[in-house]
Amino acid sequence: MPRHKTIRIGCGAGFQGDRIDPAVILAAQGRLDWLVLECLAERTVATAQLRRLADPGQGHDPLLRARMTALLPLLERSRCRLISNLGAANPISAGRKVVEIAAELGLSLKVAVVIGDDVLDRLDPDTPTLETGQPVREFGMPISANAYLGIDAILPAIATGADVIITGRVADPSLFLAPMIHAFGWPIDDPTLLARGTVIGHLLECAGQLTGGYFADPGLKDVRDLAHLGFPYCDVGADGNGTLGKVAGTGGMITLRTVKEQLLYEVTDPTAYITPDVIVDFGTVDLIDLGEDRIRVENADGLSRTGTLKVSVGYRAGFIGEGEISYAGPNARARAEVAGAVLHERLHHDLPDLRIDLIGIDSIHRTDFGHGPDPYEVRVRAAASGATRELADRVGLEVEALYTNGPAGGGGARRFITERIGIVSTLMPREDVRSSVVRLSTDRAPGPVVPGAAQ
Amino acid sequence: MMPVRPAPASEQPEPGTQLLHELAHCRAGDKGDTSILSLFAYRADDFPLLVERVTAEAVAAHLEHIVHGEVRRHVLPKLCALQFTCEHALGSGVTTSLALDTHGKALSFALLAMPIEPLETR
Repeated sequence: MPRHKTIRIGCGAGFQGDRIDPAVILAAQGRLDWLVLECLAERTVATAQLRRLADPGQGHDPLLRARMTALLPLLERSRCRLISNLGAANPISAGRKVVEIAAELGLSLKVAVVIGDDVLDRLDPDTPTLETGQPVREFGMPISANAYLGIDAILPAIATGADVIITGRVADPSLFLAPMIHAFGWPIDDPTLLARGTVIGHLLECAGQLTGGYFADPGLKDVRDLAHLGFPYCDVGADGNGTLGKVAGTGGMITLRTVKEQLLYEVTDPTAYITPDVIVDFGTVDLIDLGEDRIRVENADGLSRTGTLKVSVGYRAGFIGEGEISYAGPNARARAEVAGAVLHERLHHDLPDLRIDLIGIDSIHRTDFGHGPDPYEVRVRAAASGATRELADRVGLEVEALYTNGPAGGGGARRFITERIGIVSTLMPREDVRSSVVRLSTDRAPGPVVPGAAQ
Repeated sequence: MMPVRPAPASEQPEPGTQLLHELAHCRAGDKGDTSILSLFAYRADDFPLLVERVTAEAVAAHLEHIVHGEVRRHVLPKLCALQFTCEHALGSGVTTSLALDTHGKALSFALLAMPIEPLETR
């Protein structure tokens, strides 16, 4: 028998740097059972791993303290539990920080940390990548390798009764699916129920992208009060169907159009969306407009999970040097083109992948499709990769040199240098990945590790 | 509607030709070096026109400056949607690309800049 009729799951963050105030509104007024914070993009764990290498107490989400300080006091009052992947490359440290912040705020709290996604110690450098088929070692020295864990890693953490569950790399929809399975007692081998829950998780995981964020196109797709965009929740039933909504009075909107854009977002094959838990066919989903920012999501279906987990591998890939300078007024485009030609001549021998963009003309689409007169102002951008910081920095230095050595009227030069972290993906058999749960609490010493199972 | 600057005289579209931007909305996503473009008809009545005109081949030709690999199309009638996966579209991928828009986030509006001839004129 299901233990609940419906549960309400909200999404309070859709990426590492997302706004905090919409999550506060959800936690305070949303009558949530669960608040999910999704904070990891493809590259986030690898860059977090670099921070951890520099300082063993770092490597989790840089906004952890700000998020937890704002949200923890609301959880108890709202009887809402929180689940987040903001552990990034250091979930244990993140869990300890959550306990520390709770103690500072005078709160009594239990935390469960999911570990086991870090598989760098057993990554076979000869394993082929999904991107090109070339082995991992050909891309560079791996600095991180993290398996996308699924529901079977998260469910034992929920079962501890913890108020806050912290993970590292897990599949984003699994953060939402696990609380549904816990509430309704779904068998974890029922592909229909798992597909339905996964669709809802996928819709919620980018937070504001469901409620009118990344959607407005004035005159065609207008969004009201975008500056105060509310984040979404879903009321999920025991049959896996659900109704999307948001807190009344917040900005944005939930319509068939906003939901459809998010349903297919980043889905490579809509007939076979593979997560650690299930394979979903998005073509089976029915969306029904109930009006007033409520959309019903029904009838998703899918197939049983695969025998492997995706592993995201980060590697050092040298440095990117960039420089920019602007030209404006009469003949701006021609002067910008001269500047680009000078940069090319002086740099391309040593930096063969040098790229010159004219911002305002072709920097984004590489063409303007034959449209339009020249703009009033053009910004020249140069970028190249270099094996060393010094080599990559030559780009910015040459751009700055255009002040006194380039065409007339250049202004606003800027120079950037970034360490480049590449990401490739590979597959790993489930039995090679083992997760476990570490229990932490404000009340007592850390509890025993809950032994995990193969994934 | 957002004003669109007129094309030069040599590239003036045929009478009756619309920009895809008037007929459909689009969101771009990315996985590695693959750009995923989700296209949705504003009106269900226009969906057959999109299915006919916005083929994988037409998209590959329109985005020839950006997409250097295969373009595949999925047709999703329940959603009045076309999903395009465009390989080698992001200059080696989000994490190593030298492009300003490493994710290809703005490619949605490159697709919407595609001219669409009405069904009757062919």
